[in-house]
Amino acid sequence: MLSLPQRERRQAWVLLAPILVMMFVLTAWPLVRTFWLSFTDAGLIGDGTAPAWVGADNFLYALTDPDFRAALWRTLYFTFVSVISEGIIGVLVALLLNQQFWGRTVLRVLVILPWALPTIVNATMWRLNFNPDYGSINALLTQIGLIDHYRSWLGSPDSAINAVMFADIWKNYPLVTLLTLAALQTIPEDLFEAARLDGASAWRRFRAITFPAIAAPLAVALILRTIDAFKVFDIIYVMTRGGPLDSTKTVSFFVYQESFSYLRAGSGAAYAVLMTIICALLIGIYMLLLLRQRKQGVSE
Amino acid sequence: MKQRIRLLLRYFAALLVAVSILAPMLWLFLMSVSSAGDLAQIPLRWLPRHWDFSRYASLLTLQPGQPGALFLHALANSLLVACGATIISLLLAIPAAYSFSRYPGREGWLYGSLAIYMVPPVAFVLPLYFILEQVSLLNTHLGLILVYCSMILPFLTWMLKNQFDALPLDIEQAARLDGLRYWQVLLRITLPLAKPALGASAMFGWLLAWDEFFYALLFTNNIDAQTLPVTIAGFTAGRATDDGLIAAVGILAAVPPLFIALWLQKTLVSGLTSGGSKG
Repeated sequence: MLSLPQRERRQAWVLLAPILVMMFVLTAWPLVRTFWLSFTDAGLIGDGTAPAWVGADNFLYALTDPDFRAALWRTLYFTFVSVISEGIIGVLVALLLNQQFWGRTVLRVLVILPWALPTIVNATMWRLNFNPDYGSINALLTQIGLIDHYRSWLGSPDSAINAVMFADIWKNYPLVTLLTLAALQTIPEDLFEAARLDGASAWRRFRAITFPAIAAPLAVALILRTIDAFKVFDIIYVMTRGGPLDSTKTVSFFVYQESFSYLRAGSGAAYAVLMTIICALLIGIYMLLLLRQRKQGVSE
Repeated sequence: MKQRIRLLLRYFAALLVAVSILAPMLWLFLMSVSSAGDLAQIPLRWLPRHWDFSRYASLLTLQPGQPGALFLHALANSLLVACGATIISLLLAIPAAYSFSRYPGREGWLYGSLAIYMVPPVAFVLPLYFILEQVSLLNTHLGLILVYCSMILPFLTWMLKNQFDALPLDIEQAARLDGLRYWQVLLRITLPLAKPALGASAMFGWLLAWDEFFYALLFTNNIDAQTLPVTIAGFTAGRATDDGLIAAVGILAAVPPLFIALWLQKTLVSGLTSGGSKG
């Protein structure tokens, strides 16, 4: 006969077992295999021979590959500008939605729409909006006189990445808005009243009351967005396929091509491992933030 | 006076936000009902001369040679895969979340699976490809369903654990004293109490699967199991020459998630704040 705590412990594991097995087979084991693959010369399509062990060759090559380095910088640029913009726009819109005005409820519902739009539909939508021959962006900008002829936004290397970023920001700032708004609504109105009576300026009230209340959830939202932006793939695939002249080729797209277009699984795995290491750092920061919030009970 | 200007600014900002959200979506709809000739006009007349809904009609007919044959098939695949993955994940996530919530001390595993949920898919994709190939699950619904479970499970477990945490414990303890086994408590007491939240969580999981593109692109290669996002991407890559048709497909694919989001808007914010994101 088991003692009670021991029996409870067994029950806890019995309930957990299915998900642990499933996650092991579908994620932990593949992760280990990717790591192993990265030290071999495996191809995507087997030629009957076992892949040969090549040691650190793939990594040595990856780290000196100028194309990969370019893709990495491009991804960092994309991530940095997107996340900063989403943070600023997200907070501004959240502040607006926290004010009293007629139609506020409708606007709160509207802000959810871009977030709910499937990523592929969003990419398709902006690809059409940026269309060089009849896209709405060209039509709008010429009709109000900002540009004098139609441009190929996605077809020229200097504007393509910014156009993709624009589409990404449009879809994702609502996440920041929603999380920030939730935090704003926990601030008691009397705090502002008291500050106003004390003669605090609007900027002072923001710094002393609003910002401390939204800082923690905002940090969580931004690090989540950073992780996602760093992985960007879908929107690139639909809007530009990495082109023109590789100007929108991000790290995920790079790994995808190496593995599935050039069929070099071993080398593709090495690039994937490098990317995962960078992501792991970001995920680590996120976990720390989450644990700290849990302890303070803020996120409840 | 100053207050008046401030109010005016507020309405101006609200209008700006509303237009910036609605305009691109409205244009997508206008494209889907305009003729190619109307769209190519310079300067553009924004409203079509006649509203043409024939693209929607052709997408909703199964006749071979019509785009509908492709679209409806992908729609069915998407529904099947998303629902299958959600149901399996729910069945596994409920006991796991209950275990995390009622028997503390194993949080490490929860945070571990949440961390793995955020690892880029490229880190898993090659071995998963080889595994699916070996068990002949490439290009099948079941293959995609299993892979999607790996994304939905951690997310769902996390959401459900937070919801179980919020339930009152004394009813469960009373039931235990009355002699119910732990799984009876879960089935008869906890689940009925958590029912509304359960539905919302399942919907979030479903949205994740409906939205997924990367795995679907790589693990399917024809209409047998290809999901809607892959079919849409195929359309934009030149399989369809009519951009109005692509717009119509986009509108149709966006309808289910938009309705779910509107319906869930109340639970949405609390769901998002208690962790997890949409990929």
